Amino acid sequence: MNLEDLAEIAEQSVEAEKSQRHCVRVCMAASCQSSGAGAVLEGLRQHAKQDADGGVHVKPVGCMGLCSAGPLVSVDATESKTEVMYKDVKPDDTEELYAGLDGAPLERLRCPTDIPFFACQQRIVLKNSGIIDPENLDDYIAAGGYSSLVRAVTEMTPADVLREVKQSGLRGRGGGGYPAGLKWSTVAMAPEPHKFVICNADEGDPGAFMDRAVLESDPHRVLEGMALAGYAIGAEHAYVYIRAEYPLAVERLKKAIKQATKKGLLGRRISDTTFNFEIEIRLGAGAFVCGEETALMASIQGLRGQPRPRPPYPAEEGLWECPTLINNVETLANIPSILARGGDWFKGIGTETSTGTKVFALAGRIAHSGLIEVPMGIRLREIVEQIGGGIPDGRRFKAVQTGGPSGGCLPEEHLDMSVEYDTLRSAGSIMGSGGMIVMDETSSMVDVARYFMEFCMTESCGKCVPCRAGTVQMHELLDKIAEGRATQADLDLLEELCDVVQATSLCGLGQTAPNPVLSTLRYFRHEYDEKLRPESERLPPLPVVTGDH
Amino acid sequence: MLMDRPRTERTAVVAPPDDDKRWKIIDVTMRRNGYAGHALIETLHAVQSCFGYLEDRSLRYVAMSLQLPLSKVYGVATFYHLFTLKPQGEHTCVICTGTACYIKGSRGLVSAIEARYGVNPGQTTEDNALSVLSARCIGSCGVAPTVVLDGDVLGEQTPDSLIAELQEIV
Ligand SMILES: Cc1cc2nc3c(=O)[nH]c(=O)nc-3n(C[C@H](O)[C@H](O)[C@H](O)COP(=O)(O)O)c2cc1C
Ligand code: FES
Repeated sequence: MNLEDLAEIAEQSVEAEKSQRHCVRVCMAASCQSSGAGAVLEGLRQHAKQDADGGVHVKPVGCMGLCSAGPLVSVDATESKTEVMYKDVKPDDTEELYAGLDGAPLERLRCPTDIPFFACQQRIVLKNSGIIDPENLDDYIAAGGYSSLVRAVTEMTPADVLREVKQSGLRGRGGGGYPAGLKWSTVAMAPEPHKFVICNADEGDPGAFMDRAVLESDPHRVLEGMALAGYAIGAEHAYVYIRAEYPLAVERLKKAIKQATKKGLLGRRISDTTFNFEIEIRLGAGAFVCGEETALMASIQGLRGQPRPRPPYPAEEGLWECPTLINNVETLANIPSILARGGDWFKGIGTETSTGTKVFALAGRIAHSGLIEVPMGIRLREIVEQIGGGIPDGRRFKAVQTGGPSGGCLPEEHLDMSVEYDTLRSAGSIMGSGGMIVMDETSSMVDVARYFMEFCMTESCGKCVPCRAGTVQMHELLDKIAEGRATQADLDLLEELCDVVQATSLCGLGQTAPNPVLSTLRYFRHEYDEKLRPESERLPPLPVVTGDH
Repeated sequence: MLMDRPRTERTAVVAPPDDDKRWKIIDVTMRRNGYAGHALIETLHAVQSCFGYLEDRSLRYVAMSLQLPLSKVYGVATFYHLFTLKPQGEHTCVICTGTACYIKGSRGLVSAIEARYGVNPGQTTEDNALSVLSARCIGSCGVAPTVVLDGDVLGEQTPDSLIAELQEIV
């Protein structure tokens, strides 16, 4: 495949689209499938088949974002026509919906597309999501796919590719926010002949589903990003480490790798050049700590997923002791667009230190749950109140949790903060991978802190003592506080333990496990205080729990 | 930490425990990975999807085939939450206890199942009809709280709707 071949495929598909009367897209990502999208797709296909006039193309697509209103159907989302979107479509509705294609749209199920949920988004990573058929390579190519890769391997040097990525200012979307260009350069400069690229698709943060949606909706974008990374750093082998809880994403990735390899866009001699790039899939097995890069590499090698101290960093000594580039799904999904439009274009979006956009998974007590992509630097309030549509049932906003078990809860007074890596950190939370859980007044903050501590306790790999034993002790104390059995001394001990575990744990899991406690203490200390008993009513201490669990 | 490098091809060294056809699938997985030690997790996934759980003789067979100490195989099998050494009931119900589902009431689902069937996550009913498991986010947080019933994701569950679903099959 060269650039002309790609252009020809794109042209054919534009022609094909022109000859259609209507294009009906049905979201077939996991959430909509669970609400019955499969039967809706089948129903619409039947109507199209029986339609004597023909010319109606019904196609399965990836996530359209507004998961809480699924199954979603979008009609004629093309440049020349006005899109009509439907929500909560049931199989029984398909006849009426189909009849409305040429007549008046079915108002009963209509989902306005000019609401802030859609209008305030800016899509780079999710550009094709909900538009293309994720199982159809030609659809991706028609949307400009693989042209960045083919142009890079035929017309650019690896150093050129690296320069664009550096110029873009892109920072890792997996949580840490490490500059991608810097990481790529380190691996590129390593003299060893064998290098690896790893795509981290473990997405362990409970309450986050950005990576899942990208993989299910636009798998080729991630593969293209990986191949570009391989070209830039000089690697020929790559792994996608993906959690087994995402069977649909795994299936689509496998299919995508097969399709791209068949067309010579992956595998040996890509675009008839000397560049080879092979991608293998490795399944996780339900261990949160395997999202941590050194644990992840151990897991790929068939070992228990236990982290090791860094340095050496994976960029110097990674998989099978070879220099290894490890990036998150969303980080890699940005790469094809950066190469297509240039690092300067990307840098122009977002803020000075946090460039580009960020995908967030909005969930919890919020009117519109789903997937959104917004420019960095947006106000938190805009996300919660406008895009998310505020808190349902007339309740009051209490906090938004970002960063999962490593993050924190931000209260109302921080809603006007700009969403950037550094501002979130200074407010006691983190950007994290993009999970955003909104809580209303019914959530107890002590309970939320206990929930995350329980999570860290069960997910601690057990290698280092501060994390293994510390999380158990902190959980015990939080339990005591939540149940009203604790005194001021217990709270003091909890705070002390937070410091110790943060300072002395081996990996990010333990180092950040105290964050939910610290941030709720910072903003909601009164909730802790209310639960404390006066010293005079102090209960006898419980037996000490050891670190075994 | 070094096991063997990616492509150290070998051939089979032992024969399967019996003539059950499912061992063929396990063998294919190991062969595709050249019987290398790093294929352990992949192989255990194959065993679990074929046999439903990891029984002792499967672990032994995998250990011998990949030439790994049984202790290492056992260590890996017990480290990862998804692997189970116990057979599962006829039906499985996985309750998501991830953050979004927790905030939207997954605790109520767990209590409802306990009240109706007397089992908690990680347990199987006495008549072996239902195994209840928990998961940390299945990525459908937009329709929280979620459960996975025999592989199908069900969103926006309430204690009543879930019990109604379960009563249809159990
Ligand atoms: C406990 C723990 C869990 C992590 N989980 C993930 C994860 O699920 N996905 C991810 O991309 N990064 C995760 N990370 C971050 C990775 O270690 C690593 O920094 C990241 O994959 C690098 O990619 P990036 O630079 O593109 O962000 C986790 C880190 C820790 C400490
Ligand atoms: S928290 Fe339950 S599906 Fe994500």
